[in-house]
Amino acid sequence: MRYAMAIDTKKCVGCGDCVVACQTENNVPIGYCRDWVVENVAGTYPQLEVEIRSERCNHCENSPCVRCCPTGASHIVEGGVVLVEHNKCIGCGACIESCPYDARYSHPDGYVDKCTFCLHRVQKGQDPACVSVCPTNCMYFGDLDNPNSDVSKMLATRKYKVLAPEAGTNPQIYYLT
Amino acid sequence: MKTRRDFIKISAVGTGAVTLGLSTVKLAKASEPGSIFGKKAKNQVAYERFPTYCEVCFWKCAGWTYKDEDGKILKIVGNEEDPHCNGRLCPRGTGGIGMYYDEDRLKKPLIRVGEPGNQSFREASWDEALDLVAKNLNKIKKEHGPECVALFSHGTGGKMLSHLIKAFGSPNITAPSFAQCRGPREVAFAATFGEEVLSPERTDIRDTKCLVLIGSHIGENMHNGQIQEMSEAIDNGATIITVDPRFSTAASHSKFWLPIKPATDIALLMAWIHVIINEELYDKEYIDKYAYGLDQLKTHVKNMTPEWAFGITTIEPDTIRETAREMAAASPAVIVHPGRHVTWYGDDTQRSRAIAILNALLGSWGRRGGFFNPEAVHLPKYPSPAYPKPQKSWKDAFPGQYNLVHEVLTTGICDATIPNPDLGCHLKSWIVYGTNLLASLPDQKKTLEAIENLEFMVVIDTMPMDITGYADVILPECTYLERYDGIRSSPHREPNIALRMPAAEPKYDSRPNYWIAKELGKRLGLEEYFKWNTFEEKLDWQLKKVGSSLEEMKILGVKKMPREYNDLYSLNGEDYEFNTNTGKIELYSTELANEGFDPLPKYTPHPEPPQGFYRLNYGRAPMHTFSRTANNANLTALKKENSVWVNPRVAKLWDLKNGQYVWLKNQDGVVSSFPIKVRVTERIRWDSVYMVHGFGHKEKRLSRAYGKGASDSELVTHVMTDPIMGGTGMRGNFVTFILNDPKKEVAS
Amino acid sequence: MKEELIVSGRMNPGIDPYLHIWHWQIPLYLFLGGLAAGILFFTALYYILGKEKELPTAVKWANFIAPAALVIGLFALFLDLKHKLFFWQLYTTIRLSSPMSWGAWTLMLITPLAFIWSASYLRELVPKWDWKLKILYDFEALVIKYRKPLAWAIIFLSIILGIYTGILLSAFNARPLWNTSLLGPLFLTSGLSTGAAVIMWMSKDHAERALFSKIDLILITAELFFIIHLFMGFLASTQVQINAAELFLGGEFTVTFWVFVIILGLVFPGILEILELRGYKVPVAVPAILILFGGLMFRFIMVEAGQITRYLY
Repeated sequence: MRYAMAIDTKKCVGCGDCVVACQTENNVPIGYCRDWVVENVAGTYPQLEVEIRSERCNHCENSPCVRCCPTGASHIVEGGVVLVEHNKCIGCGACIESCPYDARYSHPDGYVDKCTFCLHRVQKGQDPACVSVCPTNCMYFGDLDNPNSDVSKMLATRKYKVLAPEAGTNPQIYYLT
Repeated sequence: MKTRRDFIKISAVGTGAVTLGLSTVKLAKASEPGSIFGKKAKNQVAYERFPTYCEVCFWKCAGWTYKDEDGKILKIVGNEEDPHCNGRLCPRGTGGIGMYYDEDRLKKPLIRVGEPGNQSFREASWDEALDLVAKNLNKIKKEHGPECVALFSHGTGGKMLSHLIKAFGSPNITAPSFAQCRGPREVAFAATFGEEVLSPERTDIRDTKCLVLIGSHIGENMHNGQIQEMSEAIDNGATIITVDPRFSTAASHSKFWLPIKPATDIALLMAWIHVIINEELYDKEYIDKYAYGLDQLKTHVKNMTPEWAFGITTIEPDTIRETAREMAAASPAVIVHPGRHVTWYGDDTQRSRAIAILNALLGSWGRRGGFFNPEAVHLPKYPSPAYPKPQKSWKDAFPGQYNLVHEVLTTGICDATIPNPDLGCHLKSWIVYGTNLLASLPDQKKTLEAIENLEFMVVIDTMPMDITGYADVILPECTYLERYDGIRSSPHREPNIALRMPAAEPKYDSRPNYWIAKELGKRLGLEEYFKWNTFEEKLDWQLKKVGSSLEEMKILGVKKMPREYNDLYSLNGEDYEFNTNTGKIELYSTELANEGFDPLPKYTPHPEPPQGFYRLNYGRAPMHTFSRTANNANLTALKKENSVWVNPRVAKLWDLKNGQYVWLKNQDGVVSSFPIKVRVTERIRWDSVYMVHGFGHKEKRLSRAYGKGASDSELVTHVMTDPIMGGTGMRGNFVTFILNDPKKEVAS
Repeated sequence: MKEELIVSGRMNPGIDPYLHIWHWQIPLYLFLGGLAAGILFFTALYYILGKEKELPTAVKWANFIAPAALVIGLFALFLDLKHKLFFWQLYTTIRLSSPMSWGAWTLMLITPLAFIWSASYLRELVPKWDWKLKILYDFEALVIKYRKPLAWAIIFLSIILGIYTGILLSAFNARPLWNTSLLGPLFLTSGLSTGAAVIMWMSKDHAERALFSKIDLILITAELFFIIHLFMGFLASTQVQINAAELFLGGEFTVTFWVFVIILGLVFPGILEILELRGYKVPVAVPAILILFGGLMFRFIMVEAGQITRYLY
């Protein structure tokens, strides 16, 4: 099993609903976030291109955060989901330094926190909160090992990219372009 | 002239009986509200959920409020049965909990001590505050007549207050949603098709093959259902054509972006009409059968060629032709979107008319992928006596004007409040419910002048806003998560109703609007208009009349009802009589001609920015609703201030850096109260600037919103009034930059 | 014009607008760790080489600084932890892939050894010192008997510690400035250099001072050599590493780096040492303090600047 997410940049309008839904679903304190939206503008008026992406932990196959963690608090579970065990985390910040996506943050309670792919929902057969709320329906979640999952189907038919592939992390958030 | 719409009104009682028989109760399907919803697993909380529909914007998506076992509200999630949201709330709906938790909320009734505008209030009991309101309203009724009271309302809760004011005897009930927003399109579409566009819009975006947006920034305006359908259309390979001087988000998702010179839209629309007629691309059968005035239109647009339009709009003639052909190729599954906030330049009804005409030529009205025919569940009114007949109205201030307007103009109320010996101005008291008039109306000076002439003003809101500072009495309403409200029944493909019930007790000393209305009713001697004991009793009575019940709705949240008529797409050759003078789609408007207006739209040039000034364009951000959400902690986390978009060429000229704060000054010398951050971006033209509406709050009690960003409303001092429907055109304002704090400059 | 912005207003403290999760604690910890490693290396080296008599400062006295530096360094590390009550989780596991883990273990081993080593010389330094308990006297005798294997252990651990201070950073490939294997030897050299400076400063013996002056000169030369290579490597690498190098070649760290680290921290003390070796009178404290200051600045700048560098996407 390999959980992954595909996000359609052709549909995303950058409303930030994924961010708010994550916040209320996972009780992320105000002023912090596990996911965020980036806008890239290229060109000169009126020849322009805008790409809008909802970003979060890439749940990398080769995850530097897990490698750098001195206590094993950062670990990989079923489906390749990278998690932080709060009671093992000492808050040293090594994983934060190691993440090319700046996807982690230091929770006010001390431990390091990040996207969990909403594993608590996924285990119940639901989509992650961000995916399930998106008004443009631009996010697809599922198991890459299952060719019939939403995400497999999108990756089979569309062009896509990942972020900073040269970082060698083998990220699992795919952007449909 | 009887139309289908009239027929429904007549048979309202019968309708209830019919639907009663048809509806089936799906009791077994959903869990009961108030019951344990989720099993308690590891690290999991047990939830309770309560149906609601959102009050953060007018789209009113239905959802569920979730609470944990300690009774704490956790989250709000969309109701999957709801056609407004299909289970997906937008960021504001999801962040609606921020409204409930906002610690800056109005907490107790407040009574002014001292001068208006100077925010000195004392706390009072509800009894004292309501007695004071009733005393003043009764005094005004006695001295000047009940018509001298006006209600400004925005949002669901306004309905009960509106009922109160009608019972009191005043017809002056208004909302900014008409004269500051969608009024021109409703009047224009009614003049063309005999019907309005309505809300949610009847656009069949889901099935369209070509969507044309003219200044409509879907995606930045978060009209949930429309965005969802636009996404679906993108998935289905629909062509999107966006006309906008700014590279909007929608433009970035479009096949064609037409970077039009601001204020020239009518020229483009007329050129499109020219191409479609000239190249005979219009739906001939449809036009032959349903339309009136093609010949006049043909003559009218004869010289309005793409080459003519190029000189005005700066859009290449080839692009105009290509896009016109693209629309025609998709016909009738094409939508030239009527937009929503369309009060731009004072000729907005005419521009909306051009849009309506274009849609008519493409045969999209009443067709799949064009405009569907919505149907709503008709909820009978809870029995109460007939309203007294008003003797006067705001329109007395405008003799002979606005005969095509069937709603009340907010700005008309302002005019009718400022004393003028020549006009029948007579308004003495305002009740302002849920709308921050200083931000929602242009020309603040005039609004303030009107307020100064009031004898008494009440503001009912959940939050302190700029307007609350001018009230004599402030009544704190509880948020939508803490109250019942009227049943939502809005026109859609499938008629449907939705329930809002409280998920929690009202915080602080706040109360729901129906309670306020009933209590005021008692004190105004209007008890017989509020015969229900509890609001549940009223809702249950209404719901039972349409084949549901409060008990059932608490479980379902949303209930879809079958359509009474199978006419979702009704104009595929069937006979049809339109609600217009000719009974046809009026390409040539006899109604406008009768009123002395241009029966066919004409392009008229509008003023251009003077040297060193830039046209002030404003719009929406997807995570905020006007100025209402500016203090919502969940949403300010996404966007806490607005910025002014400046083209790099302009930035270079002014030596502006990204992130720098500047003040804006408009053509009338009005300077923004607060500085605004510069965003240097290619997404905006060099002759305009852009900012998101709703920021720059002056109310200090808004701890997160105070002084954040600048207010576009305060810079909109030049208003171009639409002579047809009184809409306030706001896009004719020009601003320049002030680099140093103007207050310090004055001091030194 | 290219524009990139986070439109959802992300403002995670310590992460935005640029990464700044490590403050003064980590560079101080790296400096003190390097310093202790340097001193302990020379202590152990010259003990093994049997120079206890000729180089008393190096073998006997300077090493009293090491345990103190290690304790302060560890305390700084502890202050950096944001979930402090769980610090013991470090010692429930050994994770070879995590430099932070094996650094913590190295410190766990070398700190007590540094204490024991110093304690065994305490009565030489303070003749009136009384251990009070017999068992402590027995233990002291045991340590003195086994000083040689102890020295081997210390020399081994001190090299690991010295390299570790650099590897800790270079293991983060997300930060292009740090992501170079040169950082290990560079930090080791710098640590040895600061250690030599302390010995030189403390020494009352002219020959010993001259020796450490020479050692320091060699180390300074090596450091300059590594730094030149570091920039050559960056400039010949990917865009992100070119950007990292540019922070020091015209960017915001140019002045602080070249003035404080290179000129005041390496070149100037180097010149002073040459002058002293040539017989000019130079107060020994001046080059020593400059080298220590340069070493500290170097770590502060590397930690600060490294956090700003990132991948582009």
